[in-house]
Amino acid sequence: MRTLKFLLQKEFRQAFRDKSIIVMIFAMPTIQLLIMPLAANFDVKHINLAVVDNDHSSYSRQLINKIASSGYFYITAAPASYKQALPFIEKEKADVIMEIPYGFERNLVKEGNQKIALNVDAINGTKAGLGGSYLTTVINDFSEQISLSWISPQKFNTTPVIDITCANWFNVRAEYKFFMVPAIMVLLLTMVGGFLAALNIVREKEIGTIEQINVTPVKKWQFILGKLIPFWIMGIIVFTIGLLIARFVYGIIPAGSIALLYLFAAVYLVAVLGFGLLISTYSNTQLQAMFVAFFFIMIFMLMSGLFTPVDSMPGWAKNIAYCTPVTHFIEVMRMIVLKGSGFDDVKQKLLYEIGFAVLLNGWAILNYRKTT
Amino acid sequence: MFRDRRTLLILFGLPVVQIILFGYALTNEVKNVNLVVVDHAKDYATQQIISRIQASSYFIMQPAVMNEEAMKTAFKAGKIRCAVVFPPGFYNDLLHTNKAQVQIIADASDPNTAKTVVSYLTAIIGKYQQQLNTGQPAIMQIQPELRMLYNPEMNGSMNFVPGVIALIFMIVCTTLTSVSVVKEKELGTMEILLVSPFKPVMVLIAKAFPYLVLSLLNFILILLLSVFLLDMPVRGNLLLLFAESTLFIITCLSLGLMISNITTSQQTAMLFSMMGMMLPTLLFTGFIFPLENMPVPLQVVSHIVPARWYYIIVKSVMLKGLGFSSVWKETCILLAMTVFLLVMSLKKFKIRLA
Repeated sequence: MRTLKFLLQKEFRQAFRDKSIIVMIFAMPTIQLLIMPLAANFDVKHINLAVVDNDHSSYSRQLINKIASSGYFYITAAPASYKQALPFIEKEKADVIMEIPYGFERNLVKEGNQKIALNVDAINGTKAGLGGSYLTTVINDFSEQISLSWISPQKFNTTPVIDITCANWFNVRAEYKFFMVPAIMVLLLTMVGGFLAALNIVREKEIGTIEQINVTPVKKWQFILGKLIPFWIMGIIVFTIGLLIARFVYGIIPAGSIALLYLFAAVYLVAVLGFGLLISTYSNTQLQAMFVAFFFIMIFMLMSGLFTPVDSMPGWAKNIAYCTPVTHFIEVMRMIVLKGSGFDDVKQKLLYEIGFAVLLNGWAILNYRKTT
Repeated sequence: MFRDRRTLLILFGLPVVQIILFGYALTNEVKNVNLVVVDHAKDYATQQIISRIQASSYFIMQPAVMNEEAMKTAFKAGKIRCAVVFPPGFYNDLLHTNKAQVQIIADASDPNTAKTVVSYLTAIIGKYQQQLNTGQPAIMQIQPELRMLYNPEMNGSMNFVPGVIALIFMIVCTTLTSVSVVKEKELGTMEILLVSPFKPVMVLIAKAFPYLVLSLLNFILILLLSVFLLDMPVRGNLLLLFAESTLFIITCLSLGLMISNITTSQQTAMLFSMMGMMLPTLLFTGFIFPLENMPVPLQVVSHIVPARWYYIIVKSVMLKGLGFSSVWKETCILLAMTVFLLVMSLKKFKIRLA
């Protein structure tokens, strides 16, 4: 135990000597937690629409007004023809071109039926899909509305109507930041744990100081623990900062137990730190360690359901996603913080995390050699 | 540089794996949503609607539960994302009072999924209602015809691949160069270069050039993968795309040189160019979150991220098939950034000389 104490003393001294590292560890998470949720907003409500009105009738104007007042669309341009409208899409000044054909009102009144072309920039699938469906809904509303003005009210009452009410549970106003903030905290822990731990041992290798430790009677587990504990403590501090920011900046109060959150964070940190150590045992230079860590953290980040739903992935990708500790922890964070899930709901995930922690650390210890 | 095999392997392996993985796996589409039906009515109409929901590929129907309590538990355990509740006497109400109610409950802890699910279900129920009403001809019907430009199959990789390309270059190139100079400083070999008769410009160019060649090879590889594996079209001029990519790579390399000139250790240089660059690039390129949703100050910040401009260029040239005339503005911005970064690093470099 005394050996461990000295090793810890050494690590802390080294960490505090390098001011830039300390700033990185504490300032960066704070800044990111303050900026990311503002930036990460999926709400599709700013759809830019270019309207080509070939009809210039009362109906076409009514329709355009209805769309403009629906709150989802900005009418950014009213070019004279489709050809003139296309550059707006090419320049990304418009997402949708709506083309009202000539004779729109006349055909509606005479034939009761008129097609209308919606051209959607489909490179961004979500925006295209939602934009198209919003617009369709508004247009359908409009046709119902003008139909209503033509028929007597009694007749209309005979059609059955299904009244749909919607409820958003756990996040009443469906705000995106409630979804992002808990997940970003996971990301920060991953970066602090994964990147920094990976770099630390390799740095000693590169500078050559690891030889000095190797010739001392320090045991493998002591050395590894000496590396793990300081980062673990920093991780817990970062997590606490995160919770405080979530509470006081975003007003997110965990619905579930805070103790349970810390339990998960503690186990999770051990798992990511083990991962960082594992990388460092396999690399010879800091550059290599950094690239490998970057490679995996990119995969973790993009596959973990942080930005895109895991449920929508193809089966094999889902399996990969669930083979990372990050996916589970992000899910658990959202469950505990937003839904107030209890221990029973998440105990299986906890077992996974413990499994990851044991596996990664065991592997790292086995792979760490005192001789080169 | 070629001495370090492992770094080379990473340099080429990383983009390949990421393009394949993300090209196939990342999608903003919402599907396979676990859904439960709480059917208090169990009549003809609810059966009809349920079978329609079942038939849609978006939902996975979970075994029905009868009470709200069980539903709540399932929500909390993350077993379901959405519930449809029919009140007793649904069909009766529909037949006799012409009005029946149905409630959709969505797990809004994921707001995007919740919104999409509600709109899917509303559409399904709406269609059923329309079919009930087919007896009466619609007085006036406007039929919207949706045309998906550039991406008729709604291929999700269209949006992600250009973004991932920009992200990879931004980080790989910046890190490589930023480390290369600092490493010589750390090892002390920089002194040797400085006392030699090489001009600072020469030293910097010599540092960056091999990485430029490597990155271009990398780009060709990524392009081949996206075309042949992910079915991405190259609608525009290949030469233009190549030239623009070269420009972007040079921008990133200059950024790396700049970082390496202001930092003193490899560790700081790497933390700066990776941890510091990763999130801003991810966010402000605009391939995951729409830029126009961001608060105005952040939108302003996004303008200084080179990847943002490159992303627009790749989309325009590769996917929309536009020519140089539509991307000259973005090109000029990248060019200006490159010149600025190079001049700055040269200046800093001279200070080191003194």
